[in-house]
Amino acid sequence: MPQIVLMVGTRKGCFLLESDGDRRDWSVRGPFCESWPIYHVVRDPGAGTIYAAAASEWHGAGIWRSDDLGESWELSSAGLAYDDGDLRLSKVSGLAPAHGRVLAGAEAAGVFESRDGGATWSLLSTLDGQPGRGDWNDPAKQPPGHLGLAGLLAHPEDPDRFWIVVQGYGIFETTDGGVSWTPRNRGLRADWPLEDPEIGYCVHKLVMSPADHDRLYQQNHCGTHRSDDAGRSWVEITEGLPTDFGFAAVAHPHDRDGFYVIPLDGAHDRCMPEGRAAVWRTRDAGESWQRLDRGLPQRDARLGVLREGMAVDALDVPGLYVGTSTGQVFTSVDEGEHWNEIASYLPGISSVEVAVIG
Amino acid sequence: MADVHLPVTLPPLFAGLPRRLELDAASVAEAIERLDERWPGLRDRLCEPGPVLRPHINVYVDRERAALETPLDASSRVDVVAAISGG
Repeated sequence: MPQIVLMVGTRKGCFLLESDGDRRDWSVRGPFCESWPIYHVVRDPGAGTIYAAAASEWHGAGIWRSDDLGESWELSSAGLAYDDGDLRLSKVSGLAPAHGRVLAGAEAAGVFESRDGGATWSLLSTLDGQPGRGDWNDPAKQPPGHLGLAGLLAHPEDPDRFWIVVQGYGIFETTDGGVSWTPRNRGLRADWPLEDPEIGYCVHKLVMSPADHDRLYQQNHCGTHRSDDAGRSWVEITEGLPTDFGFAAVAHPHDRDGFYVIPLDGAHDRCMPEGRAAVWRTRDAGESWQRLDRGLPQRDARLGVLREGMAVDALDVPGLYVGTSTGQVFTSVDEGEHWNEIASYLPGISSVEVAVIG
Repeated sequence: MADVHLPVTLPPLFAGLPRRLELDAASVAEAIERLDERWPGLRDRLCEPGPVLRPHINVYVDRERAALETPLDASSRVDVVAAISGG
């Protein structure tokens, strides 16, 4: 029976929640990483290394790594810096292991990579020359909690091809390992004036269907969207959802038309509407949506879920995992029909990822 | 030898690093360099590229606010303080 490891990044360190293939009984280990604020925790399925993107208020940004499922950890920030004196690296916001390397997204916006298992890092690109590049690192144009390069999506087959998200500016794709970039935001909606229609979109979470690598989905500040041509064009699929705002999103691992989001109120509240927690699912690529709330709190539940706060495993009947910004973890082992709370009092959760081992 | 006191947040990151130690250094920068030689990576936890001290790392020499270039002598007391913040 496989071992299921849920990697939870929080405001106070990384936690590992473990279960077997039944995904019913869970144990919690942690906090790890000296309780540094953690933005994203991932596991390289090839090498087995766990990486945790972190930024201490005092000691700066770095990436922790563990080769033994959390028994021991090492921190490295070697190479995680900008030579350009105008750019200051305040945090590592996201990670994407693939093809024997790990990509890391940072604030100020840049992509770094490690090819030695996280011991050292090198700058791959700051997207020089791209539209918006002159503005997006201007502190006057950054909201509180700015993440910079907030999302990374590696292509499963082509190591030179990946997508990145610059917070507040949108998606850029490279097909040559980060040498050149193309904005991929056509069809997206922005509820504010745009100087350049190619950029200025607030993409919160970008995912790819494992069943069809041309099928992308995203949760945006302004709606939920689908692409059938690997991001070259987008169509909005918000209709049927209770709000057009949210952060977290996952694609079904086996069904290209399956996709999950967690709609939130979009003003300052940014919690699930009406104090009633729910995950929403489409099984027809966004034509229709189902509210999934059995087992989730339905009264006075002021729950928020951040952009990396939902994960799905790839078992035959996939398990879903949701971590809230108030420290609860919920799971479903029947594709969202029923939910169980498996941790209640963790620090505020920024990321949830899952590994199936064995 | 300067008498160097380090914040509680630092020793967990470097095996064998004590809270207090004596160093032979002519400036704060040199003291941090000596620490980095023995515990590689320590400089990055205290300094940003420039180099300058990180925004919430404060250094005092003989109870006076100091910078990297502040000189040390054999009787200096150096306090490296992680600013009180957060929650």
